Amino acid sequence: MTAELLARFQFAFTAAVHYLYPPLSIGLGIVLVIMEGLWLKTGNPVFHNMARYWTRVFALTFAIGVATGIVMEFEFGTNWSTYSRFVGDIFGSALAAEGIFAFFLESGFLAILLFGWNKVGPRLHFFSTCMVAVGAHFSAVWIVVANSWMQTPAGYHLEKMVDGKPVILPPGHVVTPSDLSTVRAVVDDFWAMVFNPSSIDRLTHVVLGAWMAGAFLVVSISAYYLLRNRHLDFAKASLKVGLAVGAVATLLQMVSGDFTAKGLVKNQPEKLAAMEGVYRTEEATPMTLFGYVDAQSETAVGPKIPGLLSFLAHGSFTKPVVGLRDLPPDEFLKARHPEATTPEALALVRKAYWPNVPAVFQFYHIMIIVGVAMFALVVVSVFFWWRGWLFDTNRPLTRWLLVALVLSVLGPQIANQAGWFGAEMGRQPWIVYQMLLTSQGVSKVVTSQQIVASLVLFGLVYALLFVMFIFLLTRKIQHGPDGEEESEEMPESWKAIITKTNQRA
Amino acid sequence: MNLPDLNIVWFVLVGVLFTGYAMLDGFDLGVGILQLFVKKDEHRRLFLNSIGPVWDGNEVWLVTAGGALFAAFPDAYATVFSGFYLAFMLLLCSLIFRAVAIEFRSKEDWGWWRQFWDVAFSLGSFVSALLIGVAMGNIVRGIPLDPDHEFAGTFLGLLNPYSLMMGVTVVLLFAMHGAIYLAMKTDGELHDIISGWIPSLIGFFLASFFLFNIYTLIDVPWVLETVRMRPWVFGVIALSVLIVLNIPREIHHKREFRAFLSSCAVMALMMAAFGLTYFPNMVLSNPEPANSLTIYNAASTQKTLGIMLVIAVLGVPLVLAYTACIYWVFRGKTSLTKHSY
Repeated sequence: MTAELLARFQFAFTAAVHYLYPPLSIGLGIVLVIMEGLWLKTGNPVFHNMARYWTRVFALTFAIGVATGIVMEFEFGTNWSTYSRFVGDIFGSALAAEGIFAFFLESGFLAILLFGWNKVGPRLHFFSTCMVAVGAHFSAVWIVVANSWMQTPAGYHLEKMVDGKPVILPPGHVVTPSDLSTVRAVVDDFWAMVFNPSSIDRLTHVVLGAWMAGAFLVVSISAYYLLRNRHLDFAKASLKVGLAVGAVATLLQMVSGDFTAKGLVKNQPEKLAAMEGVYRTEEATPMTLFGYVDAQSETAVGPKIPGLLSFLAHGSFTKPVVGLRDLPPDEFLKARHPEATTPEALALVRKAYWPNVPAVFQFYHIMIIVGVAMFALVVVSVFFWWRGWLFDTNRPLTRWLLVALVLSVLGPQIANQAGWFGAEMGRQPWIVYQMLLTSQGVSKVVTSQQIVASLVLFGLVYALLFVMFIFLLTRKIQHGPDGEEESEEMPESWKAIITKTNQRA
Repeated sequence: MNLPDLNIVWFVLVGVLFTGYAMLDGFDLGVGILQLFVKKDEHRRLFLNSIGPVWDGNEVWLVTAGGALFAAFPDAYATVFSGFYLAFMLLLCSLIFRAVAIEFRSKEDWGWWRQFWDVAFSLGSFVSALLIGVAMGNIVRGIPLDPDHEFAGTFLGLLNPYSLMMGVTVVLLFAMHGAIYLAMKTDGELHDIISGWIPSLIGFFLASFFLFNIYTLIDVPWVLETVRMRPWVFGVIALSVLIVLNIPREIHHKREFRAFLSSCAVMALMMAAFGLTYFPNMVLSNPEPANSLTIYNAASTQKTLGIMLVIAVLGVPLVLAYTACIYWVFRGKTSLTKHSY
């Protein structure tokens, strides 16, 4: 395997493992704010108990998120140093802003959230919980901004150092291997970089996916308690909060997915075509519901709905969606391959600018199928809730639904992972879309052997971490919330909340 | 009005961030290094809980310093991290291990479980401190760079005696710093144990620091040449030694907080001495000094440095303010509750 592939594999592996945790922190952050807010408002001790229990689950996910996140911050330098030199002027500031605005906020106030129950008053504690949630969201903002810039670069120009002086290169300059030590991307407009064409759509999509991950973890554990007939008051109240957040996020996610796909049509048509397995440009482009891509014959095999993709992309059932055989367009190819003059020659070089279509198709469809399944689950669950059946565990249908809800925790995790794999593999062969090739971004001095060594190291460490995480989470679930004894150790200032609200009632 | 040279401003700011990391994560790495030197479970838990609320905030200083280095001096970031590849991967794994060990250790009461995570915490902290020192040592000594500023050395070349000496010095510095922090956060029997360690830790550190400085003057010729032109660097180093010597006095008078501040000041002065000597280099090339990365040829554009300065001016005072508040909330001696680590 080449050093490039190994480096990609390592980044994918470390990022995928890391990404199991931050969405939980972001989603649980929202849930914690709601639970503690409800506790302060109603004075009902069950909410206090919930906030305490879910904080402990949060702590576990957060610690592993921090530990695996440090790797990500430095992996650009270790494995992608040519990329880092090339885009550091732009990409670096987003990462630095993430540290200053997000990570400090999150980890600083986390101290009070976890250990401050007896040290500060209820209002300051609630404020800290809010700050942790805000910090978690800020971290998503800056990292998605940085990643979106790689998908749809904006607000920059390329410049070349000639005799120690920078010379501005025209837009559309083709970066050659000899450029790599002299050319770099330079910021023109910071806000155009931040609000690049895909930032907002993708940020919304990522944050909603994170809310779903956190909410359905709460839903899953609560449903488990209900099925086991344990901690019933706690489980019902937690399930309501989790399901409410999860339902809102899932519904909004359907809308956000539509926006993201429409953005792709405009900004990264190759990625959209690969996700849908569209090779030929044709009127009333069909959508393949599931199946596979046969790369040999360049077709997507599976049940299709005619015209649906045209409708989703353009709002018209007939307008064609451009297929991979016309992407990237001829002018783009001619600029890079002046020797290719005939249509046949162009068709041959064109394939080098396609992502791995069968894989991208599959990841994208996994995300869509899981997303639709989550949507169906939410609709059924809300219906049960509305009819008052959701907690009636003697009803066989309710028990089946609760089993599905126990499993629902996997849905957002699978969809988040598949979505990112689709998004990142769909960007290939580019590390920065239509600017820098992934093969041009790797570290020149890092050998395959070194990457294999680090990969084995991370493989072992992350496997151990994951096993520990699942083990400790299971133990926490088995142990359950503390119940009455927790309120006994509650400080006086907190007990006053219960008394005050009781008097009001 | 003359605008300050943004490259110099960022040289200082990146230095400040790494110094902040050394002062803050330095004490929790130090606590980790000392973890196995107490045997009682209660004492080990007190060790962990003394840093419990703050350790992840402290590690953020490293992440932010890395981000700032990336943004302000992308070439230095790219050269150092790709060049020190295996050493950095080991450092990252050590940091991961010690971080999760804190979280996992007290979740179960089985003896082997706690012993395993204690060793992971301690070893992870030790290796992290050592590697940070080795990396610093190589930066001071200079590393082989080619004309494109790419690292041209080997992994084993990084483990040269000089850099290992610096690694040992950093381990001792962090251990001393951690012990002083622990003296501030504990009372009773444990406090007496730790107070007993401090004089010898100071002795070990000073001996190592002294040898290291001698070694520098012999093994790293450019340092001697530079400090001849900048003799006040000696003043900074002398001041840091005087402050180290002040620590036993503060401990003797039970003023642990002032001892801790002194220890922080020592780190700040050592970093200052390094910065004043190293300026204007970012990564020194040895043996070809012409290939060195400086604060000018490694830097981002003036525009980005300006944008970053706005971000720093907005963000850093805020960060310092609430970090100070949080340390204030958790002031005083550490005690154990049911949900402590």
